[in-house]
Amino acid sequence: MSAVAGSSGIARAAAQVAEPRLKVEQASFAYAATDKSAPKFTLGPITFEAQKHELIAILGPNASGKSTLLGLLAGMYAPLAGRIALDGTEISKLDPRVRAQRIALVQQESELLFPLRVWEYVLQGRYPYGRRLRFESEEDCLMAGNALAQVGADALRDRWMDQLSGGEKQRVILARALAQQPLLLLLDEPTQHLDIGGKVELLRRLRKLTAERRYTVLVVTHELNLAAEFSDRIVLLHKGKCLRAGTPEEVYDRAALEEVFEAPLEVEMRANGRPRVTVRGSEQG
Amino acid sequence: MHLETKPESEFQAPKASLTQQSGSIAGVRAFRPLTPGRLVFICVMLLVALFVAVVIALRMGTFPISIRQIVLTLFNGAIGRRAEIPSDYWLVVFGLRLPRIALGILVGAALSTAGAGYQALLRNPLADPYVLGVSSGAALGAIISLIVAPRVPGLIQVAAFVGAVATIAIVYFLGRRGGQLDSGTLLLGGIVTASFLSAVIMFLMTTLSGRDLRGMSFWLMGDLATPPSVNMGWLYFLLAIGVGTIFGTAADLNLILTGEQEARHLGVNVNRVKLVVYLAASILTGLAVSVSGAIGFLGLLVPHVMRMMFGTDYRVLIPTSAIGGAILIVLADTLARTVVAPTELPVGAMTAIAGAPLFIYLMRRRVR
Repeated sequence: MSAVAGSSGIARAAAQVAEPRLKVEQASFAYAATDKSAPKFTLGPITFEAQKHELIAILGPNASGKSTLLGLLAGMYAPLAGRIALDGTEISKLDPRVRAQRIALVQQESELLFPLRVWEYVLQGRYPYGRRLRFESEEDCLMAGNALAQVGADALRDRWMDQLSGGEKQRVILARALAQQPLLLLLDEPTQHLDIGGKVELLRRLRKLTAERRYTVLVVTHELNLAAEFSDRIVLLHKGKCLRAGTPEEVYDRAALEEVFEAPLEVEMRANGRPRVTVRGSEQG
Repeated sequence: MHLETKPESEFQAPKASLTQQSGSIAGVRAFRPLTPGRLVFICVMLLVALFVAVVIALRMGTFPISIRQIVLTLFNGAIGRRAEIPSDYWLVVFGLRLPRIALGILVGAALSTAGAGYQALLRNPLADPYVLGVSSGAALGAIISLIVAPRVPGLIQVAAFVGAVATIAIVYFLGRRGGQLDSGTLLLGGIVTASFLSAVIMFLMTTLSGRDLRGMSFWLMGDLATPPSVNMGWLYFLLAIGVGTIFGTAADLNLILTGEQEARHLGVNVNRVKLVVYLAASILTGLAVSVSGAIGFLGLLVPHVMRMMFGTDYRVLIPTSAIGGAILIVLADTLARTVVAPTELPVGAMTAIAGAPLFIYLMRRRVR
């Protein structure tokens, strides 16, 4: 990878080559009701890295800090301590438009006030590249068309957003994020409203995009087994702390998972080297 | 400093990947983004319609004057040959009807643009300066300035702006529930604020009836019969600033309407855009109310008609709402002058007759 940022110039060339795409070092964050009161929720310190072409899953029960971590990665707020860098540049210091050219976030979408066509929606992903009134160029249309093709949603182009099924909508939202041409693609529980077929299809697609394109993908999810199956590495959060980070094999430890999810679980290693989690059956009590 | 192009190039060769899939080239053509040419074309068409409306408004009235005479008078007036124009035509066209039309265009454009702005700002399609009580707040500000310092030029506009800014801030906080802006609570807060402010206005008008404060129906319903005490050019200058400012944020507003969080992630400076639109829409409301009173429902009526005609893109909606508002109010005022002639209706009564049913229709459609 050619060095994109190298902001300091002091860093050695060797270190720059080895610089990971995303580097989270001892990052922490805290919420408080007011400036003076004690923090209600603290996150971190968290440390992990992500390389190009990697798919990382962020796991953890509700209120474990997954969304806060995603907000930090998306540059919505700056970490209180530590450092989160994309290709060597601190994310929270990026200009909003430059940040939007490098990081895309897929969330549950807000309710639309006025109807939009799919192509209009996907073109919104080109906003960070436009000028003042942002009349979309031919290149913008090509990129948006490309993004739709990448998620296999070409045929949906002229449909209204509010007439799509859950799976179709998810693909269109993903296409808008791809139209941003990001380096870092963040997804907040993208499998939430999908059936099992839709979940597998989405994760396969993300896997394929990560392998073929330049994206680094981070997915927040509750799906332990799908995460084990499709991700390169896993970050396991518990009460705002990063409990474990590593390959599925390293992270999926029965005692750790049981502690985090507060449920009787069984972890078995499958032939392909990926662990599988099941609920310990009722026959055992 | 980190603006250099990204190194990897799979995106840089879109054509190659597109040709691999049949139908994709046609697919790209199916994107129909707004072009500057189309925007200008739409605006020119609407300006022609506005000109037609102006001619109709000049034609209608108790003093008969033919279309031919109007065109001749306008033409000779425009090239400065006043001597060619019969003096009664000059008086009717340039002395009476045209100033009133110019005032109408100003007010219609200002209120419609302000309505479109508030709708994006509050993410509520039913927002309108009148419904939200902003117009009443501006009217109260204007009245207070007339009581305190009636002879300071331009003070009434400033006071109406302050009234508008304060009212929308109050309504905004009334409309919050659990930290979130709730659509129904917001409208309710606006309607209650509007009737409270109207009551205060009625109280002031009744107790101070001896003073020169214009009539109660002027402030509560609005009309265009009284020429403004300030220079019209100055008012048009403010109009241009207000409309131009909101138009400048149109691309940002499109994204904010899709979702504030998402707009942030796409690189929009949401807080700055909202502040700018809030101030500009309040300037426009204050400007309109200071010269015509609280004319209702234009800010609701016009943006919705324009959305039906030209779509929801704010880059089209802002300029078309400004021109469309001008057309609508010129026609409405012509009706107000002529339906029960020689008596005149306030133009606000005409817009309310058209606007209130639309409001109910839109509200029911949303509830469904």
